Amino acid sequence: MMSAIDPVADVTGIGVWGVPLAVASGAVRIGTPFLFVSLGECLTEKSGRVNLGLEGTLVMGAMSAYAISYYSGSAWLGVLVAGLVGSVLGALHGWLCSLPRVNDVAIGIALISLGTGLAFFLGKPFIQPSATKLPAIDLGFWSSSPEVRSALQINALFVVGLLLAPAIAFLLARTRWGLVLRTVGESSDAARSMGYRVNTVRAIATTCGGFLAGVAGSFLSLFYPGSWNERLSSGQGLMAVALVIFAQWNPVRCLWAALLFGASSALGPALQSVGVSSGYQLFNAVPYVLTLGIMIATSSASRRLPGQPAELTVAR
Amino acid sequence: MKSERRRHAVIMSKVVLGALALFMGLGCSKNQESAAPSAAGSASGSPAADDTLTVGFIYVGPKDDYGYNQAHHEGALVVSKLPGVKIREEENVPETDDAQKTMQSMVSLDGAKLLFPTSFGYFDPHILVEAKKFPDVTFLHCGGLYDATKHPVNAGSYFGYIDEAQYVSGIVAGMTTKTNKLGFIAAKPIPQVLRNINAFTLGARSVNPKVTTAVIFTGDWSEPKKEADATNSLADQGVDVVTMHVDSPKIIVEQAEKRGIFVTGYHASQAPLAPKGYLTGAEWNWGQVYTQYVAAMKTGHLFDHMPHLERGGFKEGFIKMSPYGVAVSGDAKKKADAAKAALTDGSLVIFKGPLSDNAGKQIIAPGAAMVQTDVNLEKMAYLVEGVKGSIP
Amino acid sequence: MNRAAAEAVLIRAGALLASMALFGAFVALAGADPFDVFYQMYRGSFGTSFSVQNTLLRAAPLMLTALCTAIPARLGLMVIGGEGAMVIGGLASITCGLACGAMPPWFVTVAMAVAGIAAGGAWVGFSGALRAYRGVNETISTLLFNYIAIALLSYFVEGPMRDPTSLNKPSTRAIPAEDMLQSIPGLEVHWGLVFGLVACVIAHVLMMRSVFGFGAAIAGGNLRAGMLCGLPVRRMMIIAAVLGGGAAGLAGMAEVAAVHGRANASLVTGYGYTGILVSFMAQHEPLAIIPVALLFGGIGASNGLLQRVDHLPDATVAVLQGILFVVILASETLYGRFAIFRPREERVVRSAVRGPTPEAI
Repeated sequence: MMSAIDPVADVTGIGVWGVPLAVASGAVRIGTPFLFVSLGECLTEKSGRVNLGLEGTLVMGAMSAYAISYYSGSAWLGVLVAGLVGSVLGALHGWLCSLPRVNDVAIGIALISLGTGLAFFLGKPFIQPSATKLPAIDLGFWSSSPEVRSALQINALFVVGLLLAPAIAFLLARTRWGLVLRTVGESSDAARSMGYRVNTVRAIATTCGGFLAGVAGSFLSLFYPGSWNERLSSGQGLMAVALVIFAQWNPVRCLWAALLFGASSALGPALQSVGVSSGYQLFNAVPYVLTLGIMIATSSASRRLPGQPAELTVAR
Repeated sequence: MKSERRRHAVIMSKVVLGALALFMGLGCSKNQESAAPSAAGSASGSPAADDTLTVGFIYVGPKDDYGYNQAHHEGALVVSKLPGVKIREEENVPETDDAQKTMQSMVSLDGAKLLFPTSFGYFDPHILVEAKKFPDVTFLHCGGLYDATKHPVNAGSYFGYIDEAQYVSGIVAGMTTKTNKLGFIAAKPIPQVLRNINAFTLGARSVNPKVTTAVIFTGDWSEPKKEADATNSLADQGVDVVTMHVDSPKIIVEQAEKRGIFVTGYHASQAPLAPKGYLTGAEWNWGQVYTQYVAAMKTGHLFDHMPHLERGGFKEGFIKMSPYGVAVSGDAKKKADAAKAALTDGSLVIFKGPLSDNAGKQIIAPGAAMVQTDVNLEKMAYLVEGVKGSIP
Repeated sequence: MNRAAAEAVLIRAGALLASMALFGAFVALAGADPFDVFYQMYRGSFGTSFSVQNTLLRAAPLMLTALCTAIPARLGLMVIGGEGAMVIGGLASITCGLACGAMPPWFVTVAMAVAGIAAGGAWVGFSGALRAYRGVNETISTLLFNYIAIALLSYFVEGPMRDPTSLNKPSTRAIPAEDMLQSIPGLEVHWGLVFGLVACVIAHVLMMRSVFGFGAAIAGGNLRAGMLCGLPVRRMMIIAAVLGGGAAGLAGMAEVAAVHGRANASLVTGYGYTGILVSFMAQHEPLAIIPVALLFGGIGASNGLLQRVDHLPDATVAVLQGILFVVILASETLYGRFAIFRPREERVVRSAVRGPTPEAI
């Protein structure tokens, strides 16, 4: 049910063209944290382990980035510390899962609980103050429209993510290190017989994945929405696991998946701003329905998904 | 063939259960000893407790959210400085039976005699259940839902006509906008929120008839990401003043400042978050309201001094405006101050005829008016002319 | 008690003590007196009869939502959809309760319970079917269904099912007071607790004593082995998912019928997510869920006193839950490490996740 969109009333601003513009800029803004977490999860899963705890890592990263940026005045230092805190949580996951009889999925859920708990506890003093935010790169300097200029205010972290996706793809596909990682993910017995230490490789992959998830958190608190509070993450860390399957364990496809997810999240508010508000509750579910639909369409009961590491338990 | 491990789990659970049962048994027996004197105490006017009154405050979100909960928490801090009063606060209490248990816990474990469960959704059924259970405790709810024919005598409700403050914010917004497009970010399409949207728009159009207000509903009271998205969507549409009705306006105010547009605040003052763009804001003044209630409570008969259902606007001191920001023109200040004075002395009525909704249907006939106490205002289900969008 | 059982108890107790020590150190660093914190936790969770009832009340839905993860876990499915099933179960039960009209209260209660179980079961069962016939990962699909369930709840509550008199808190119409689920006589705890206890016992019998449970253990350990044995593995997956979802749906029904009398946004409680922790800590063993749910209920019940007396933030209990959960899961690695517990004849080999053991095949 569409309510009246009055094009005449929209002569100022950019009118209904604002919808595609808002969706496009939303794709980048909302998609960036998904991109980083899903790249991190992709790296971890390629080694044959699942870290569901990235949700906790992300929240912890967001909190520590905000706190460090507030105290030091340097947002980039905040990003770095968020990454390091993420690595610590990733390393903890990697180490605990190296112990015999410890299940990676269970430890992941435990770390969601621990990470968010710690972040909320330690983050209380930072709900109120305003920290230094990450700067934006002004790619829209050529345009006279403030809306277009604002849409092209791209955060440097997005550019980093843009470069990181093909870089990780290259690393996995073409380097020795990537080969070892994939071997460990495909068959731990084969890797062991070749003399590689499976648990160490997986712990390193999980640590790197944690770093990226921590950085994703810093994007949330220091760029967009750009504040620290307890409702900041709406499950981005968990959704990343879905996006990795959706992207079939391909880092470049993670980029597209994250952008698509971001775009579909921005659709609801963009339509409301031009007066379409019926069933807005259902618009909010669009990203999840879309993800589910694509998963149903691409999965198959009889064969393994292309790109799926054979050692992965969660995606058997 | 049963696995060894399975048997362990069963044995384990028996052992743990046993230990818990023991633990709980101890608790119960201990309680029976302690319950006796306290029951006697409450019957004979509590000899153990001195004159100190324990007041409990319950918040649905964090008490430093720059918004709804902070406004109440600031009120609680005023109360805590009163002589002979001790406060107990609990935050992030959801509107489930958690709320009931928190009230009960404040009464039975902290000895609270006066409770302020501040979230709208705490009233029915949670306060009603607990008020029946503890007739010698007074429950005061923020939301104005009390109905003397149905509800317990030891409960009361209060609320403020904050649409008056939103009207004044609207005047400032209408005077400041250059694009004539205002934005309103709202949690849910409920009467209280619609009333604020309408009052804001009417205020703006009273000084600038060309103004329209675009509304975005986020769906819930605290949705930081959607609130940020909404602010940006509105800015992309050329909106240059936004305001809101959500629990925590911090993100919206910060995003607006970043986009270089103006903003008027809500609940508490968010001025420090937007030094350039903050125009003014509609704030609660709970400290004064709570001080009145506590003073009445101290007499021993609260409801002899205060009605069960208490409401107020500027005149009663329930609400206030944030100080004007740097971007507000002298002319705007003059018009806003005049409106505030007229609302205070009752010469200005916000909802008066002729008034149509945004589909052209007449809501109030010419010459008629709905004053603040009119119950029809609490059932508001329309958006006035000048608001873009429909109620979902 | 045999050696292996002693091992299980001692390792658990050790993990519990170690968590408490870590937590004590944490709150001490945060500037609180750890002994007072422990005392307040005891007082808030089990210290008075009020506290005990508070604990029981919180434990009730956790037992049911934990089953939503535990039952499918026997078949090797990782379901995290308890929250969504609870919401959908609540929504269905209120729809049914309102449709019952002037029926006798016992009938309304039964009908609402059946509706809640059926809807929750169908909701998670759909994920089970997607897994069985399309190979869609059930962890992810149940997660997505949680978000979708919450969106549907707000759509129905604010739209087609809204009671026009529920002005500022959109809700459905309420069932009459006499149709509400009552308290257990002598307690201030509603019958949802009994639902939870009974469901755990039934689940235990089903999973540990029945042919279905035996087959599930085989298939859960090794899908191919299950298929080779001629087990209808796909159908069993769906049944397990339906049973789990049904339990969570019943929790939603209890929330509607005993607490609110109607459905509204308060139906999103977070019990579904805490249930996952409970299930894992109970190693997906239905009977062990009962004490673990009581433990988590007690932690939740003590939250208020920690805030009000020790002035700790509300996230303190989340930290404790996190520490407990990590330490207890990590302690699994200690099984078989102590020679004293080892049976003389042979070592028992155990799989990493709670679940079927190789020798069960």
